[in-house]
Amino acid sequence: MRNTLPISLGAALILFVAAACGPGTPPPPPEPDPDSLAEAQRVQDSIDAARAAREDSLRRDRERLEAERRAAEAERARIAAETARVVEALSMTVHFDYDRASIRADDQATLDTKVAILQANPMLTIQITGHCDERGSDEYNLALGNRRALSAKQYLIDRGIDESRITVSSMGEEQPLALGQDEVSWAQNRRDEFAVMSGGTELRMPSMM
Amino acid sequence: MGQRSIAFSVLIAATSLPGSLAAQDTIQPIEQGIRIGVTYQPGVRPQMLVLGGERSHMLDSARAILTRDLDFSDEFEMISLPEGDSMALWIDRSNLAPGQAPFVNYSLYGVLGADFVVDVAPVDSSLRITLYDVVGSGPRRQLNLAGGDPTERNFRLSIHQAADELVRAVTGRLGVAGTQILFVSRGKIYRADFDGHGVELLSTPDSSAMSPVWSPDGRKVLYMEFANGLGPLFELNLETKERRVIPVTASTLNFAPTYHPDGETIAFSRNTNQGTSIYTYNLAADCCLQRLTVGGLFDNLSPTYSPDGRRLAHVSTRIGFPQIYVMESDGTGQELFAPFEYGVSGSSNGPEWSPDGLYLTFHRDVSRTPQVFIMEVATRVVKQLSSTARNYDPSWAPDSRHLAFVSTRTGSQQVWIIDSETGRVRQLTRLGEARLPAWSPRLPERTNQ
Repeated sequence: MRNTLPISLGAALILFVAAACGPGTPPPPPEPDPDSLAEAQRVQDSIDAARAAREDSLRRDRERLEAERRAAEAERARIAAETARVVEALSMTVHFDYDRASIRADDQATLDTKVAILQANPMLTIQITGHCDERGSDEYNLALGNRRALSAKQYLIDRGIDESRITVSSMGEEQPLALGQDEVSWAQNRRDEFAVMSGGTELRMPSMM
Repeated sequence: MGQRSIAFSVLIAATSLPGSLAAQDTIQPIEQGIRIGVTYQPGVRPQMLVLGGERSHMLDSARAILTRDLDFSDEFEMISLPEGDSMALWIDRSNLAPGQAPFVNYSLYGVLGADFVVDVAPVDSSLRITLYDVVGSGPRRQLNLAGGDPTERNFRLSIHQAADELVRAVTGRLGVAGTQILFVSRGKIYRADFDGHGVELLSTPDSSAMSPVWSPDGRKVLYMEFANGLGPLFELNLETKERRVIPVTASTLNFAPTYHPDGETIAFSRNTNQGTSIYTYNLAADCCLQRLTVGGLFDNLSPTYSPDGRRLAHVSTRIGFPQIYVMESDGTGQELFAPFEYGVSGSSNGPEWSPDGLYLTFHRDVSRTPQVFIMEVATRVVKQLSSTARNYDPSWAPDSRHLAFVSTRTGSQQVWIIDSETGRVRQLTRLGEARLPAWSPRLPERTNQ
């Protein structure tokens, strides 16, 4: 804006002169008063300056808001990623020997992680579902699945988790993961699965992990 | 031949007794006396021939179903002759005067080895089935049936019931051709006839169901459906098709239910936070849920009542793995039922008490593979019935002799039938998979099912 005043003044002068250069040439325009010119320039400059200051302020506001928005989004993404990692750790299955419901030594670390997660997230409740391989009576496997789920639940309760936070369920041999008829498949199917029941939208990773 | 002539002389003596033949529904051992009918040693069975005759869709169907049912009763040696349908063997009923009996060529049938022949003949639009005693040279039993459209269910049922009557006329024992078998396939409950025909869906198409059992009167089916990690029990009325949930079962996983012989109480397995226990509930009064077994460290499941309702056999894991136990119907007096060799015998499961109270069937692991067993209740003698592939979940027919069970001998789980007396097996289902069979009791007269 600061260049347009002299331009418009000049344009006005040119037009004035052009108008004056027709037939019956009008008298030449009076010389601008140097003092009023300087005054007009100062006024213009201060208007310019004020406008510039306002623009700077607006820009800084926008940038700050933008930064805040990005920060909030990053925080949500961080929380979501952390929640996803916690859910993944929570969902890790534990496995069992044939016709047994006892927790194996190599699964204790997995369960200890779940204990920590439950302690770090007091609103979290979970469901444990016990499963069996296809051998054994279909109906007996409903009882065995129940035992496997109760076994994991007892492990968590013994380490301080309140039993009201854990629901137990059994699907017997009705939901196999692996469909093969060999020991590898059967071993995968003899498992407890863990799922969030409630309070799992935002989860904190426990500090030990 | 000596044994047979002894058998037939007994038969002749029996038929000369005054009065009509008595029907008997329970198996009587030979040494307790002479049954009215043919007495034969195991392995020597009467030879049975179903005669050909006038042909029509209805008559051909009736003869085929009848022949199959008599064969599947495992009571006869079925005679099939290369020219068995030859007209030379037919009973000629043309040109008979009113009241005149047709000529029956007993000596020809005798030469062919038959002890009994069955004739199926039209009478106007209905059927007459006659059982002839070849040695006794006379008709033993005659049945008049309504006949009808052979593609309809009622027609087949009437032939099945006729076959059962013929079996009773010869052996004193009513056959089981007129019964049906429930089973589970891909989460749905189906019902099939004794000969495998007429497979029909009973549970809802989107169900995930298990553990079907019949009520003692054969009118209802009790079963479990999975729903959101829970397993409520449902009772389906086969006549009205109405289905209701058993109220106290909606909040937990319940399975392996069974009716008390009075039809009013049920017993079932129930998963709790202390493991699995056996509960009873009074269906007729809709009340009185009662826990029979204590849970805690071990499970009790799969109850089955004795026919007098006084005892329950069931599975318990109290020694660390499942075996068969028995208790009084109030839960007291729990003791081991099916003996086993500790360290040798495998896990046992799926018990069912026979309708005559004399036997218990169950499956037991032999070298980690389940096999079907029966135990004589009085002596606790245990007998293994199967050996190839995996065989389990046996269920008694109302004759306390045939069993439906699951076998993987064809490569997939299918329902098979075995005769515990002769060991003869036949396949009942050919679906993708079939399991958890339940054999019906004697069924009530049905009209439109």
